[in-house]
Amino acid sequence: MNKNFLNISSYKKWLAESGKSFTDAVRVLIARIREIDKDVHAFAFIDEESLLKRAEELCVLEDKLSLRMVPVAIKNNMCIKGELTTCCSGVLQGFRPPYNATVIEKLRAAGALVAGGANMDEFAFGSSCETSCYGPTKNPWDTACVPGGSSGGSAAAVASGEVLAALGSDTGGSIRQPAAMCGVVGFKPTYGRVSRYGLIAFASSLDQIGPITNNVADCAALLEIISGSDKKDSTSVGKEVPLYTESLDKDIGGLTIGIPEEYFIEGISEGVRSAIHDAIRVFEKLGAKTVKVSLPHTKYAVSCYYIIAPAEASSNLARYDGAHYGHRSRNSASLMEMYVNSRNEGFGMEAKRRILLGTYSLSHGYYDAYYLKAQKVRTKISDDFRSAFKVCDCLLTPTAPTTAFKLGECSDDPLRMYLSDIFTIPANLAGLPAMSIPCGLGEGELPVGLQLMAAPFEEELLIKVSHAFERNTEHHKLRAFDF
Amino acid sequence: MKKDDRHSKTISADDVRYAAGLSRLSLGDDDVVKFQAQLSQIIEYIAQLEEVDTEPTLPTTHVLSSMKNVFREDEIKESLPTQEALKNAPSKKDDFFKVPKII
Repeated sequence: MNKNFLNISSYKKWLAESGKSFTDAVRVLIARIREIDKDVHAFAFIDEESLLKRAEELCVLEDKLSLRMVPVAIKNNMCIKGELTTCCSGVLQGFRPPYNATVIEKLRAAGALVAGGANMDEFAFGSSCETSCYGPTKNPWDTACVPGGSSGGSAAAVASGEVLAALGSDTGGSIRQPAAMCGVVGFKPTYGRVSRYGLIAFASSLDQIGPITNNVADCAALLEIISGSDKKDSTSVGKEVPLYTESLDKDIGGLTIGIPEEYFIEGISEGVRSAIHDAIRVFEKLGAKTVKVSLPHTKYAVSCYYIIAPAEASSNLARYDGAHYGHRSRNSASLMEMYVNSRNEGFGMEAKRRILLGTYSLSHGYYDAYYLKAQKVRTKISDDFRSAFKVCDCLLTPTAPTTAFKLGECSDDPLRMYLSDIFTIPANLAGLPAMSIPCGLGEGELPVGLQLMAAPFEEELLIKVSHAFERNTEHHKLRAFDF
Repeated sequence: MKKDDRHSKTISADDVRYAAGLSRLSLGDDDVVKFQAQLSQIIEYIAQLEEVDTEPTLPTTHVLSSMKNVFREDEIKESLPTQEALKNAPSKKDDFFKVPKII
């Protein structure tokens, strides 16, 4: 077992003790990524030159930087200046942003070695990482299975030890569900906690950026760095950012954890159910009180989401017209032909499906029945959470109903694919912070994720609770393979 | 949708073509058939929202009720230089994006 790439602190120790120059260390990292990625395909592409150049820059920077030389994979929907950023879509081929996303600026300021190109479902439309125009990512635990999605490349890159951390984006579970399926930690912060400047928009009332890491301490460290308000994103919130790392190692005695009955429905696999029940017992042993709560509108969350998210996406994706950047069809005699042909050739099937669904539900005569209705049900879903948080501090549920499924298993059944996000979607609709942590293995000896949700801006509480669980269990030490 | 239309929860081939037109997509006949079936299945599932009584409920306009409009002074600041902004253009001439003729 290679103990150097287990988490950020073991990596830093290796880097310090190996005596390697930064350039040599980056060469080791690149070689590892190349080797492991032959099977996993966590990266759509890797900009080796940029990594080597960055290592040279870091040599002369002060060594107090908390993420100095730590490789962080970036989902390919966050802009990195001058580097290929395509959302893994044909429509954005060749696009090299003229600016950096705010999260990239922040990671770099902390000394991170930013590795762009983490694979994803096209425009984050998917729960399996299979709709990427670069081909699917495989689950490092079993390469016949999907890594989850849409941030599947980010989760797989961390789980396979190619990088020490990653950023993903979460619109309906896209950080938490792949983190669960790959056996790593994934955190979706409160809506507005992290600036989305430079995140290519999917559904603007739901999208949020967050970290994927090997353990809770690394998660807290990254969260601390990327959070905060930003003048360039008017939806970012001007609330002071606490030191999340100070919430580690805290006692959770006396805390009340709510268990919502609507999240323990038929359709959850036995392996997931039993891992979650074991986790509940761990929390009880640690002195937390568990109470049953009810979130009665949970069953409407997927319907609500599949109106709101495609509606917003169809509007956000209207900008891809072949005029200013990305793919332009070669054979177009008129402007309209250019629009239609460029979009037709550039977008994949799932993107087209969502654009059609969103356009349909927003079209004349259907707006009230679909979009407006969904926004009202959304209010009810948020109200459910508000009532629940009157009787408990946080909520505990499974992250996904099953462990990772096989590649191709859901490809022709979009509704079934959509239902794999049934437990993660409500937190996006209500804007809540939510995270997934590993809690054992289920069917196929594949990882099971435990989801914790809290009231807005209660990130510290989630770090405290998840770290207490991690300190008292061994699940996070399980690895996909010996790397 | 009016109340008496609620039984029609499927989406027709013409609906698919209409949405495609609005979306600036053009679909082959095979795709229309495929999307019609898949979207109908999704719309049928989504129709369960009709069960929820939302009579007095206000639609969500922002997930955090504490958020208000964000204003700033309208100050002129440095912006992206024209040639930088044109760097990704599939076709350009001088300081402009170039597209096929419009009229």
